Amino acid sequence: MPELVITVARFGFLVLLWIFVFTVVGVIRRDLFAGARSGRLVAAPRTVGASTGQATAKPAKVKRGRAAHQLVVTAGQLAGTRITLGEAQITIGRAEDSTLVITDDYASARHARLVPRDGQWFVEDLGSTNGTYLDRAKVTGPTPVPLGVPIRIGRTSLELRP
Amino acid sequence: MTAPATPASSPATAGERPGVRMARSRRNAELSLLLLAMALVAAYGAMVEAKVLDTVTPGFWVPAATLTAVFLGMHLVIRFLAPFADPALLPAVALLNGLGVGFLRRLDLAKAAPEERADLAIFAGIGGRQLAWTLISVVLAAGLLALMRDHRSISRYAYTLGLAGIVLVMLPAVLPASISEINGAKLWVRIGSFSIQPGEFAKLALLVFFAYYLVRKREVLSLASHRFLGIDFPRGRDLGPVLVVWAISLLVLVFEKDLGTSLLYFGMFVATVYIATERVSWLLIGLVLFFGGAYLAYVLGDAVGGPFANFYLRAQIWLDPFAQPYDEGYQLVQGLLALGSGGLFGAGPGGGQPLLLPEVQNDFIFAGIGEEIGLFGLSALLVIYLLIVERGLRAALAVRDSFGKLLAGGLAFTLALQVFVIVGGISKLIPLTGQTTPFLSAGGSSLMANWLLIAVLLRVSDAGRRPVDGAGGKVTRPSGPPEQLHGAPTEVIKP
Repeated sequence: MPELVITVARFGFLVLLWIFVFTVVGVIRRDLFAGARSGRLVAAPRTVGASTGQATAKPAKVKRGRAAHQLVVTAGQLAGTRITLGEAQITIGRAEDSTLVITDDYASARHARLVPRDGQWFVEDLGSTNGTYLDRAKVTGPTPVPLGVPIRIGRTSLELRP
Repeated sequence: MTAPATPASSPATAGERPGVRMARSRRNAELSLLLLAMALVAAYGAMVEAKVLDTVTPGFWVPAATLTAVFLGMHLVIRFLAPFADPALLPAVALLNGLGVGFLRRLDLAKAAPEERADLAIFAGIGGRQLAWTLISVVLAAGLLALMRDHRSISRYAYTLGLAGIVLVMLPAVLPASISEINGAKLWVRIGSFSIQPGEFAKLALLVFFAYYLVRKREVLSLASHRFLGIDFPRGRDLGPVLVVWAISLLVLVFEKDLGTSLLYFGMFVATVYIATERVSWLLIGLVLFFGGAYLAYVLGDAVGGPFANFYLRAQIWLDPFAQPYDEGYQLVQGLLALGSGGLFGAGPGGGQPLLLPEVQNDFIFAGIGEEIGLFGLSALLVIYLLIVERGLRAALAVRDSFGKLLAGGLAFTLALQVFVIVGGISKLIPLTGQTTPFLSAGGSSLMANWLLIAVLLRVSDAGRRPVDGAGGKVTRPSGPPEQLHGAPTEVIKP
């Protein structure tokens, strides 16, 4: 074997090793930094070219384009937990059969639930003792939840993410 | 530029279609990473042969291809049994395991007589044995995935497993030294030509028990406390189990003459308690107890000798390995020299002198590999360990039940601690103790136990990443009244 080939192979192997490492990091990049803001802040580019006459339709379109795909716990004991959203409702509470079991001293056994309706998620309080808050407002009936607005339950805080 | 290796799903259009769930399972990413890892293993094998034999034999790809077949089988099992499991775990572990097999085969090549080197059979030597053990371990891991469809089901056997764990830990200590002692550490059970290390399996069994116990007790452990110096300390009676585990780990230290194993058990328990309670005081108590115990053993070993003498000797070697470089310090000195001669980029696969290292197939495999791939390659291996551990902790964060959280967090931490103990040992950060390097070292027990650990992590991460409305989801439970009835508002308290 020529010495040159072996030397090239030797360094090539090390480089390949690191390429593997960075490929793994690339695959898991999305949830490496959970809790940090989601990297996808840019809206779909087609709305940029829309005429000014449709200014009122614009935010609605953006919103529909960025449907919620994840429920992320941003504060409290479960901070960092993510739930991938499907078509089923999400129940939140201390009861073991809740979808999201939170061990929070200020949460009720069946505290609140999130229900999807036509692609929009609604939060509904289930008669909890300490109440559910959407941002600062207390939730009294089914309330639509925009992306990125915190739902507060006791010390726990949840957000919908695209 | 778009990177093809990271198949990012487009969030704008993937909204309402149900098929999008399949795209999120990331199994194809796992497959391509696995193939990349196996290409690395094959390249490693070829380079070893090019350097040691001066030519690449036509059959150089056989071990790598066998490993690829085994891991592809595991990939298929995951695809069917745990479709939402973490995509990075299997390829990372497969790469470490494959490089381990490759390095052991390289040792066989170096040991064999020059005329026999070219036609070394595939299952011959320690490399071949390791290949066979890999096959068995992966089959066991796949079996565990098939048997355990829900990780919560093992909590039913928590007490049985806890008892089994303690028996396994204590077994080598009570057996006579002729059966259980190898190289001064009583960690083994030897039956004929077979030797198994029951402690490797005890780790898993004990961790299941710890997780179960702590889920039951976490309220008491985290709420009832005294505040002292700004830190919440637990009540005396709640300290009981911690003290019991501490005593057991010290007994291991004394009777099995092994600091690493005792550090592993104790660290595992303290970390699980910390994960369960989020109290820093537990970490402080754990560290103080362990270092106090180790220092006591050192002092006693100096003054009394007897069962503590082994630990005293190891600490002496650690403090000054060059005091007796051909005698007691020989192993550590050779390891340090190997790492040093490897330098930044190493001598290249097949270019080192690993046979000069004692126990190179076992404890010192990291030094042996390090001589050939250098700091640059070793740090890649360490980052791969880091990624495996990170994926385990991420699985713990994502899963929704406390038992799963504790189990996955504890297992990931145990893996990290084991890597720390052995790599710290050979690089003279801490006193050297005979731990196996997970997935690299020769040895069936260690490989099997660690693959079972990975199977549990895969199962937990599958539960954590599975969409809520998926098969076996929580909302379609047949038993119990509908949740709406439970949740019906019975009282409204105005603020």
